[in-house]
Amino acid sequence: MMSSIMRESHIMKIHYLTALVAVGFVIIHIMVRVTQGFSNSLEFESVIANYKSIPYAIVLEAMLILISVHGFNGLRIILLELKQGNAYENAVTYGCLAAMIALIAYGSRTIIMASMGMV
Amino acid sequence: MAKGGALPKGFERPSDSGSQEKYEVKPSSKTITLRISKFNPEKDDHSTFLEFTVPYEKWTTVLDTILEVKSHQDHSIGVRYSCRQATCGSCGMIINGKPRLACFTKISELDSNVVTVEPMNNFPIIRDLAVGFERMFSTHKRMKPYIIREDSEISSGTKEFLQSPEDVEKYIQFASCIKCGLCNSACPTMAADSTFIGPQGLAQAYRYVADNRDKGKDERLRIIDERHGIWGCHFAGSCSQVCPKGVDPAMGIQLLRGYLLGYRK
Repeated sequence: MMSSIMRESHIMKIHYLTALVAVGFVIIHIMVRVTQGFSNSLEFESVIANYKSIPYAIVLEAMLILISVHGFNGLRIILLELKQGNAYENAVTYGCLAAMIALIAYGSRTIIMASMGMV
Repeated sequence: MAKGGALPKGFERPSDSGSQEKYEVKPSSKTITLRISKFNPEKDDHSTFLEFTVPYEKWTTVLDTILEVKSHQDHSIGVRYSCRQATCGSCGMIINGKPRLACFTKISELDSNVVTVEPMNNFPIIRDLAVGFERMFSTHKRMKPYIIREDSEISSGTKEFLQSPEDVEKYIQFASCIKCGLCNSACPTMAADSTFIGPQGLAQAYRYVADNRDKGKDERLRIIDERHGIWGCHFAGSCSQVCPKGVDPAMGIQLLRGYLLGYRK
């Protein structure tokens, strides 16, 4: 069980920290979009160009990881409160962990492919 | 009282005043409709409400009216009570939608002609207004509600553990808990999560963690730092709002979180 590997307080520290840092990165992201102008920034070429900028790709990757970790842990907490029982709780915990890893892997693949010009 | 002096409202002097003065309470003209939830888990599928008309005075408590009904109108009503002075924590129930102590709630303060009493939420019903406290008491025990340390005040060669008023101030509010269960009844997390420790247990954990005589802080923090422990609290604050002793479990929970997040020592 994740809770037996990590104490709940450690998980919650990660939960709060990812939220705070993600807000910082989202502010950076919005500031960059504002400097370019919203309508122009949504053009295909403009979006792809963002991925080709390594620092900006790192910001996007960080946002992906932070929001996934925070979001899936939040979902786990909600689901654990809805219903109790060892089998259910383990399924929810490992299900959320697997979904989080899958989303980060898929998102990272997109970021890497776009930054390497494979899209 | 001086003979012939003014009597308090509601009292009258008997007409045949002899050498012994006796004062009688006039029957009240004021009445309320008392709606009592009836439910026997062994027989019933769902609860029903019985209505009674009960006289009251300005000092009449909800418990008085329930006992009046139980004595004179329906002996079968199941209710738990003992001290009648908000000390034993036995008569907690939902009164007009809010968890309160029946002995500590006057009819006159409810500002309603209809008073509805129901068993507390988040507790199994034994019968009618009486609920089972087993889970709350076992959670309370799990919090180790006693001073943990190797030496003792009563063993020879030791002396009394001294505390400054400031040390006492840190936990004394939380020591007022009478285990009435009103906080657990008001807690929205307890309604959803049947394994949540609950505000009563967490407030008691804080009471001992904050006590500088106690050496069991790490032990208690480990107990509450679990999946259905302290992190289940969403800080609705309803536990503190309904506490009849001013314990403020919601604040205790936030202070406990400080220890676990590392900003309190």
